[in-house]
This record gives sequence, structure tokens and C-alpha cells, in this order.
Amino acid sequence: MTEVKTIQKANIDIQKIRTDFPILSRKVNGKPLVYFDNGATAQKPQQVIDAIDNYYKDKNANIHRGVHTLSQEITVCYENARSTIQKHLNAKHSHEIIFTSGTTASINLVASSFGKKFISKGDEIIISAMEHHSNILPWQVLCEEKGALLKVIPINDSGELLMDEYKKLLSDKTKIVAITHISNTLGTINPIKEIIELAHAKNIPVMIDGAQAVPHTSVDVQALDCDFYVFSGHKLFGPTGVGILYGKEKWLNEIPPYQVGGGTIKTVTFEKTEYADLPLKFEAGTPHIEGGVGLAVAIDYVNEIGLSKIAAYEHELLIHATDALQKIEGVKIIGTAKNKASVISFVVDGLHPFDIGTILDQLGIAVRTGHHCTQPLMKRFGIQGTIRASFAFYNTIEEIEEFIIGLNRAIKMLK
Amino acid sequence: MSIEETEHEIIEEFETFDDWMQKYEYIIDLGKSLPLIDGKYKTADHLIKGCQSQVWLHSEKKEGKVFFTADSDAIITKGMVALMIRVLSGHTPDEIMNAKLDFVEKIGLTQHLSPTRSNGLVSMIKQMKMDAIAYKAKN
Ligand SMILES: Cc1ncc(COP(=O)(O)O)c(C=O)c1O
Repeated sequence: MTEVKTIQKANIDIQKIRTDFPILSRKVNGKPLVYFDNGATAQKPQQVIDAIDNYYKDKNANIHRGVHTLSQEITVCYENARSTIQKHLNAKHSHEIIFTSGTTASINLVASSFGKKFISKGDEIIISAMEHHSNILPWQVLCEEKGALLKVIPINDSGELLMDEYKKLLSDKTKIVAITHISNTLGTINPIKEIIELAHAKNIPVMIDGAQAVPHTSVDVQALDCDFYVFSGHKLFGPTGVGILYGKEKWLNEIPPYQVGGGTIKTVTFEKTEYADLPLKFEAGTPHIEGGVGLAVAIDYVNEIGLSKIAAYEHELLIHATDALQKIEGVKIIGTAKNKASVISFVVDGLHPFDIGTILDQLGIAVRTGHHCTQPLMKRFGIQGTIRASFAFYNTIEEIEEFIIGLNRAIKMLK
Repeated sequence: MSIEETEHEIIEEFETFDDWMQKYEYIIDLGKSLPLIDGKYKTADHLIKGCQSQVWLHSEKKEGKVFFTADSDAIITKGMVALMIRVLSGHTPDEIMNAKLDFVEKIGLTQHLSPTRSNGLVSMIKQMKMDAIAYKAKN
């Protein structure tokens, strides 16, 4: 096993990869930047930056709207981006890929449109105890509006879903299950295939929040058979302000549009509007064109390295950091699931995460501190917040060592 | 000592530090030595919520002057709170309302006052001034 990993690692030329990310060579507070806040947003390779730059210098026009050459060129480019994303997720049709502004927007779309059609009083919606606020609030609002009930799958002390409890929650009243693929706070990789199978056995559709998963693992929506899969471009080394909603054709045809306006119609009279076919039905207004194009470039970039190599390498980073953190007195890792992505949350006995984050920042080390938009999860662990280090493939063992030295220093200063 | 004089004194103290470590060690020490707020004031209505750390603030007026006590769950925030109290406590409502607090910039800690820092400090200063305004209005 270790042998395989070393071979995998040898196949990734980290130093070369790092030169693709201009920001990694900058200094913060006079120190070389150590960027361990990839869970919040990932850095962008030159290829993505160039694509955005090139869009404005050479390609800018509105899509789907013009007879002129520029408009036609960029429409092709944008639709090619959609196909790249379709292939990346192995979706059956490119019109099952809807461009949105991000994970949050995608979830709001599903909750609103699915909710309008399928949720009524007394129905139940299942989420889990480790959801990001973005996968809680849209459902909570929907439940309040419709008089439906939100059911929450509990977790164990390691931060793993209690699958037996999940099975008990699934009932005739359940109308949809919305679960995160990977927890942004704990790093837990959830058994989504099994979650989907169990729901489907009762004809219940499932939406997966893939915000934290797509940067670390490949996703095959057909193999998973999930009904909706959502993620953000910016965590996948792409631009901010663009995201994806994958939905099975059947569902996207059945649910009503979310926002309406220009682009979403076939014909409009003041009496009646006939909506456009997929995907335009869900893409009102001028989209984030360079965002979509840049996201496809980011996906090509990641695929060139290979997600299986990335996963193997990041696993090494995770193991290394976990071992090192466990050696520090007073450090407690929050989230010790067997199956984990390269995200580590921890607390230090008697010290506030904010203080540790402030000192690390002085050392050029960027971590996230606080509740990570998962307050119910913090409550479950009886804590206010954690310090979170989340790694990407451009991070190194040396950076982890810098971080450990910095953390020891912070603890010494604060104790 | 006037508010400006105290600010000036703090600026001079910070000038003796060679690097950020000394500066933060000093703030941490201040945080540790901040006199404890009376337990009965550590309640929800004295709490100033920041996204990251929390501050409890209590004020009272004696002989025309406003006195503050405070606490925070984060030690660096607490150190910054201690600096604010040292500058503002024991002054008249007018003096407090008009304090510009430029010393924060001069000692190189403005980042702690940026709204994005969400450590409760910005809201605390606002609350201190509001308290001063309220005491003035009562007269
Ligand atoms: C699991 C999870 N879901 C949803 C979101 C929200 O993503 P965005 O802010 O890009 O909409 C995040 C981002 O932090 C996340 O980690």
C-alpha cells in the first residue's frame, strides 16, 4: 500500500505544479505564504487566469443572442465548457448541467423548484448533522413555508453518519434527501452511494452537496445514480461566482424554473410564457460567461494531473499532518472518520481558535478558524469553533512542517 | 491623563518592540492581566457578538466619568480590549464620543479593527461610544 502511494506521489511533480499557481510565491506578513484554507476557496492556476484574461481581451460578447461572429464564438466556447463539465461528471446529457453562481445558489434552486412542485404539509426532508449552513437554510425555509419537517441524520463522535438512524428516518413521508459528499469541517467522506441506494429503494430522490468533494475525488453521477449533484467552481481551482447544478433530465423537466427572465423562454406574451428547453430553462439572464469557461479550464487542469493521483498525494498530506498534530500536547482532532479527505479540524486545550489563527497569520500561514458555517455541528461536539487546515495538491510536506512549527510557537506564546 | 496622552503613551511603548512577536506577546500579557469583569455582567445583554470571538462589556458612570470593564473568550481580543479600556475608561461622555483612536493604526494593529476581522472589537468600540452617548443623554 505505501509502495503504491510513493509511486503515485513520484508521478506528481509538485514543484512544477506550484509554479502554475502565481499566488503561491507571494509573501504574507513577510513570510512565504502557506495556504491551508483550500476548503474555503482554492487558488487558481495560470491557465485559468489566462482564460479569464483572454475572454476579456479577445472573446467578450453575450452568448446565445447574436448573429455576429463574436457572439457565436463565445456561445460555442461556453457550450464546450458545459460539455467538459458533463464529461467530468459523466452526466448522460450536457443539458443536465446547469450553470449557477455556486453551491449555495444551486441548493437554493433545488429547494425552491423541487419544493414548489413536490413538497407539501407534513412531508419530510432529510439532511445530516454535518451540513454546511448552505445545505440547511434553504431546506429550513422551505419547511417553514410548506409546513414540512426537517429530519437530521445524527453522527457518532468520530464524525460519521449513523446509517442505522438514517434507515429509520426514511419513510413514506420523506420527499428528498440532501447530504454533503464530504464534510467541510470534519473531512468525513460520506457513503453517498449507499445513502442514494437506500433512498431510491423507497423512490426518494437525493441531492448531494459536492462542494468539498470535487477538488479531491472524481464523481460519476451515473454510477452514483444521484438525482442532483451541486458544487462551486472556486473550490475546484476555477473562478468565483460560478457553480454547477447537475440534475437528472427527468427531474429538471419536471420542476419549474427558479428565476425567470431573459434566456429562459421560447415565447412570451403577457398571457402566457412557454419556457425554453434544458438547460436554458434554469439559466435566466446573462450568465458568468468567463466563469463557466474558466471552470472548464480548471477541470482540464485537474484532469491532466489526475484525480486519483491527487487523492493519493493528499492522503499522504493528511496522514502526515494528523500524525504531527497528534504529537502536540493539548491538541484534539475533531473528525476522526475512517474515510477522510485532506481536511483537519482541531482544537487546542484552553486556547481560542481565533488566537491561534491570528498568530499563524503573522507567520504567513493561512488557516480557517471559527464554526465554518456549521454551527449545529459545533454544538454536537460541544465547541465554539475549530482551527481548520485543508490541503490541496499544491501543498507540501514541508509546508505542513512549517505549520506544525508555527502552531507550537503559537501555543507557547498563548499559554 | 487625556485620551490623546494615553494614546501617545501606548504608541511610545509599541515603538520599543522589534518585531511582531514582541508586540503580540505584549498584547497577550495585557489580555491575561485585564481585571476580570464582575461575573454578574457576563450575561447575554452585555455580550457583543463577533463571528470569531466574543466580548462582554459593562459600563458605569461615576462623578461625570464613564468606567468600562470587559472580557473576551479570546486572549488577543482581550488584550486589544484592555488597550481600549486603558484609553477610554475614566473619561467624560464627550471625550469618549470624540475619541478618534488613531493609535491603533500607529501601532500597526489596524487589521484588528477591520470589519472583516469580526472579532467583536469594532462592535465593542461602537458600544463604548453608544454607552457614552446614552449617559450624556440622561443628563
Ligand atoms: C460543504 C459545503 N457546502 C456549501 C458551501 C457553500 O459554497 P459557496 O459559498 O461556494 O456557495 C460550502 C463552502 O464553504 C461547503 O463547504
